[in-house]
Amino acid sequence: MIEKYIEVPFDDEVVKNLKAGDYVYITGTVYTARDAAHKRMYEALQKGENLPIDVKNNCIYYLGPSPAREGQVIGSAGPTTSGRMDKYTPSLLDLGLKGMIGKGKRTPAVIDSMKKNCAVYFAAVGGAGALLSKCIKESEVIAYDDLGTEAIRKLKVEKLPVIVVIDCEGNNMYCIE
Amino acid sequence: MRTIKTEDIILNVKEMCMEANYELSSDIKEKIISAKDKETSEIGKKILSQLDENMKIAKEEKIPICQDTGMAVVFVTMGQDVHIEGMGLTDAINEGIRQGYTEGFLRKSVVNCPIERINTKDNTPGIIHYDIVPGDSFIITLAPKGFGSENMSKIVMLKPADGIEGIKKVVIDAVREAGPNACPPVVVGVGIGGTFEKCALLSKKALTRNTDTHNEIPYIKDLEIELLEKINKLNIGPGGLGGYTTALAVNIETYPTHIAGMPVAVNMCCHVNRHISRSL
Ligand code: SF4
Repeated sequence: MIEKYIEVPFDDEVVKNLKAGDYVYITGTVYTARDAAHKRMYEALQKGENLPIDVKNNCIYYLGPSPAREGQVIGSAGPTTSGRMDKYTPSLLDLGLKGMIGKGKRTPAVIDSMKKNCAVYFAAVGGAGALLSKCIKESEVIAYDDLGTEAIRKLKVEKLPVIVVIDCEGNNMYCIE
Repeated sequence: MRTIKTEDIILNVKEMCMEANYELSSDIKEKIISAKDKETSEIGKKILSQLDENMKIAKEEKIPICQDTGMAVVFVTMGQDVHIEGMGLTDAINEGIRQGYTEGFLRKSVVNCPIERINTKDNTPGIIHYDIVPGDSFIITLAPKGFGSENMSKIVMLKPADGIEGIKKVVIDAVREAGPNACPPVVVGVGIGGTFEKCALLSKKALTRNTDTHNEIPYIKDLEIELLEKINKLNIGPGGLGGYTTALAVNIETYPTHIAGMPVAVNMCCHVNRHISRSL
């Protein structure tokens, strides 16, 4: 198992260096978005409006955290199932989105778009939200506040442990029998 | 006649929502921990260690084990000699859920309508099932259910001619299709028999049974053991990244059915298989 440390935002060069099966620690800024935020971003794009975040070279974490207690940065913060975002994902990849953190399978359309746009898909461990929350050092709602847990948050993460499941060449860890 | 006050029900449901989300039952905990030794894949071992550590942090710091603190499924087994005093029983249970999810810093994941999808902001309503029995007992089981795994569940109306082999195929196919999506290692709840809706309910109830126990019917017990073995040869593994530990348990419940049918429901649950019971 190869361990790597990367900083986000990141560019094609960093992405090309990540291979399916790599164990990666992510440090930097990531944005949270799940079902409702994706739907809203997608509708905004269709209407020709700007997105509330610049996705270029950035990484989205499919996460809807539980509420933070006093003194906590965030509550439990593990990944949600990525497949529900598949319908909306290619249009974000076309805008330069470089990374996604979630869990579970992606459609061929998403994988094709990842290859075309040089992007990487990471899995964080599903059901380890308490542990993963320890890697989140700052959290701030920056858009769609009315969506509650589904709002877009800007997170500062430190050594968030993830695994490259699908790399930019389309190699897929879930397909290894 | 025994009287139970709804204020006691509210308090208990509230506490159960929190407890269930901070700590798993000891059977599941031990299965996750002991799976580390049996696991063959390196990454699988690492993930199981993370799950173990996650459980410790969750318990100590009262951070939910998983951010998806679920939709609250409640089973009430109520003696017919019990009198409920106060507000409506269903309202009281929902009030307990409301207080538990709010005061326990649990995620509010329920939307008002499947089409309109506006968050109710207090995780109500719960899904409440009542069972009326003789006597004056009153048992509440609370099982918060995450939807990553719920979404991978399925029901198939098999024909009697499909036989036990047909049942095995439905269960194994469901686990295979769920793959990484249901956050393996999973617990598989299976319902066999009854009608369409009874079968689904059996599969949900199966998930609330202690995974160290087996179905009392010998050939169903054998089926549980056989299916677990077969599932753990699928090489889905922890996190779906390959390995031995795909499922921690297969729990099956059965019920009489119609001469023409053999419904099979598979309720997928992740390792965060939360359930807690109290007798009032
Ligand atoms: S499937 Fe279970 S472990 Fe995975 S995110 Fe949902 S509740 Fe959490």
